[in-house]
Amino acid sequence: MSRTYPFHAQPLWRRLLVSREAAVIALLVLVLVWAINFVSFFATQLTMTFLFLDIAPILLIALPMTLIIVTGEIDLSVASVVGLSSVTLGTLVDHGTSVPVAAIAALVVGLACGALNGFLVAYVGLPSLAVTIGTLALFRGIAVGVLGTKAVTDFPNRWSDLARQTVGGTGIPLIVVVFAVLAVVFTWLLHFSSFGRGVYDIGLNIEAAHFTGVPVARSKFVLFLFSGVVSALAGIYFTLRFTSSRGDNATGLELQVIAAVLLGGVSIFGGRGKVIGVIAGVLLIGVLSSALRLQGVTVNVINIIIGLLLVASVMSTSVLAWVSDAAARRHNRDRAASSDPQLTPAGVGNQKR
Amino acid sequence: MTENPTRPASLELRGVVKSFGAVQALRSGSLRVEPGSIHALVGENGAGKSTLVKVVAGVYRRDGGEFLLDGSSVDFSSTAESKAAGVAVIYQEPTLFPDLSVTENIFMGRQILGSGRRINRSAMYAEAASLFAGLGVHIDPRRQALGLSIADQQIIEIAKAISLDARVLIMDEPTAALSGVEVERLFTVARRLRDEGRALVFISHRFDEVFELCDTVTVMRDGSYVDTLRVADTDVDKLVALMVGREVGDLFPKTPATVGGPVLEVRNLGSTGVFHDVSFDVRAGEIVSLAGLVGAGRSEIARAVFGVDGYDTGSVHLLGKAVPPRNPRAAIRAGMAFIPEDRRKQGLVIDASVSRNVAGVIRGRLSRFGVLTQRAENEASAPWASRLEVKTNALDMNATTMSGGNQQKVVIAKWLATEPRLLVIDEPTRGIDVGTKAEVHRLLSELAGQGMAILMISSELPEVLGMADRILVVSEGRLTADIDRDDATPENVMLAATRTREVRA
Repeated sequence: MSRTYPFHAQPLWRRLLVSREAAVIALLVLVLVWAINFVSFFATQLTMTFLFLDIAPILLIALPMTLIIVTGEIDLSVASVVGLSSVTLGTLVDHGTSVPVAAIAALVVGLACGALNGFLVAYVGLPSLAVTIGTLALFRGIAVGVLGTKAVTDFPNRWSDLARQTVGGTGIPLIVVVFAVLAVVFTWLLHFSSFGRGVYDIGLNIEAAHFTGVPVARSKFVLFLFSGVVSALAGIYFTLRFTSSRGDNATGLELQVIAAVLLGGVSIFGGRGKVIGVIAGVLLIGVLSSALRLQGVTVNVINIIIGLLLVASVMSTSVLAWVSDAAARRHNRDRAASSDPQLTPAGVGNQKR
Repeated sequence: MTENPTRPASLELRGVVKSFGAVQALRSGSLRVEPGSIHALVGENGAGKSTLVKVVAGVYRRDGGEFLLDGSSVDFSSTAESKAAGVAVIYQEPTLFPDLSVTENIFMGRQILGSGRRINRSAMYAEAASLFAGLGVHIDPRRQALGLSIADQQIIEIAKAISLDARVLIMDEPTAALSGVEVERLFTVARRLRDEGRALVFISHRFDEVFELCDTVTVMRDGSYVDTLRVADTDVDKLVALMVGREVGDLFPKTPATVGGPVLEVRNLGSTGVFHDVSFDVRAGEIVSLAGLVGAGRSEIARAVFGVDGYDTGSVHLLGKAVPPRNPRAAIRAGMAFIPEDRRKQGLVIDASVSRNVAGVIRGRLSRFGVLTQRAENEASAPWASRLEVKTNALDMNATTMSGGNQQKVVIAKWLATEPRLLVIDEPTRGIDVGTKAEVHRLLSELAGQGMAILMISSELPEVLGMADRILVVSEGRLTADIDRDDATPENVMLAATRTREVRA
């Protein structure tokens, strides 16, 4: 009656060996070691600062995007929300609003964008791919429509400097600290809360999640809200960093975010992935392109390399899954053969492999 | 039944065996259908009728036994092969291409070609029109399939079968969704086909239809052939006795429990087109079973009570408090647990680990200082896995790797962990091995003994009769009988479950 169970079927090192996250982190370390030792000017504070300043929007948006993709949905409108929040900030500042008030207004606009996406996906039940392709065009259209071809470039220096500010003498930009706080929050949300377990359940089996009392619609809605707000935050950062508010800011950023999330080991079908892997994925792309640029490799070649890396990483998931499935099948067969010979056909179970 | 040795039967199955893993769906299925005859195939849910039909249709391949068509042995590995050999199956709900015309549906995949291999539409329309004329029905061959009634869709399927020159037509519960007039039209068509010398197999739960339409009847039970009779020589009582035909009294001994106050009170629950005016109580320590035929609305009632589906009228109370509709979370909070019928799709997150699944409902209260760890889930799920004797190597093994019986134990563990006052369990032992079955029955009995109220849905009559303190029989979305354990017999439950036409007429 009182049977005890080990918590894990395999020791830690073996679980790590087959995990996608460990592979991405290992690759990141390899690339870092190579870049620090063989790429001149890479291991300098200035390069690091600019590397982080460049990838900060991707890092930020990748956090809510990870959770959304784990539920099996997607948000393609994030870059357009960046543009719209940038335009909101610029227009209000242009009309004499102070930067903090305008920034809060931009966040509210992001929240509203997320609410629209979330409502259509979670409560109306439309496919997120279609909804957010639509709102991608809609939000971008509004953003470009408001400002036209002109740009607002007149921001108080105090605020634009803040976006480029580094912490003490470390060379780490302030935005990275903001990101670190958000990363802790999203890690807790996905990996250490009941809500996060529900997120995985939705991605793995939405019907069972519903039967188990997971608030499916509410969870999805909340995730799109997060996505909207964080994208707006990225938009504020983007605007102040380049002191430029334009309707076409960050066009195409959504694909970079999704590419990094997938590279970090999140399954596009939902149910699998970890925040840590995604962070490593963003850093991997950032480090690789920064180091290659310093080596004098052209942008086109860098894009080709990153593209190949992504395809290879997605393929490796299938390959790993296939290998581990095959191993599990063999394991089960062996076990069935040894414990209960009657269940296996004669002549198969008795042969030792 | 006298067999005519000079003329081979259109369709003959002898001792056909088919099993799925450990579950033997068909032990010894036999059927002999003469040309020019309408042959009824009857039996309880799970008697093996559908499996037998699927073997004939080429959906499944038999494990053993003989299968003859017009006297020659055949073995189909696909539905295309069975069609080519002249077997057609018309299912309860036909699957047509809704956007194509009626004619295009009939000639799907074998369009009539004209010169230059172009599709010859006019020839197809003419052929479809003559098929309909032959069947004596009026359907425009050019209209879209979308919006056709189920009855008309079945006629299209029949027309398709005839255009393929099917010698054997099997109709699997064709009348379940038809109105009286439509049934009459279907019967007229069926008689016409019989007079042309084709062999028809008619599966139905409605005895009045069997007696009206068929000339011969074969009874199946527990995956085996029981008997074949001339319809003229038999009656309803005899058929029911043959279908049930076993002692069930002491198969599943339920230990008597002291029955307490009402836990679940359902009043006038109705959902348009699904179930109507359903009222019942389940008291503490009592196992109440919703019995009836598949499709009668039993699962739908349970789903509405738990709140995964909505309802239009009526109310649900648990321990005197109203349970809001369409809100499984509220139902869980109120003390309800629901073990659904399809455990792979609804009961489990099959790709998640054992501990994630077992802790799936209670995890909200496992977090310490707002942090929920894997360790906390492991520690909370281990005792429940142990209590149910779940067989797994470790708590982080995926549920995919487990047998059906073990998966069911995981689902039960998950819900027992919530310490519910009412357990709703839909098909507790479907597709699980005999040993685990007995364990589940013992467990249910034990839980009732501890004062839990249990609402059990089962298609297995012996399980219902063995386990239930009270049996509520559902037929076509209505409660047709409320039978106490002591008064319940297989016959009166089956009769209540098939009592439909008389009530409606």
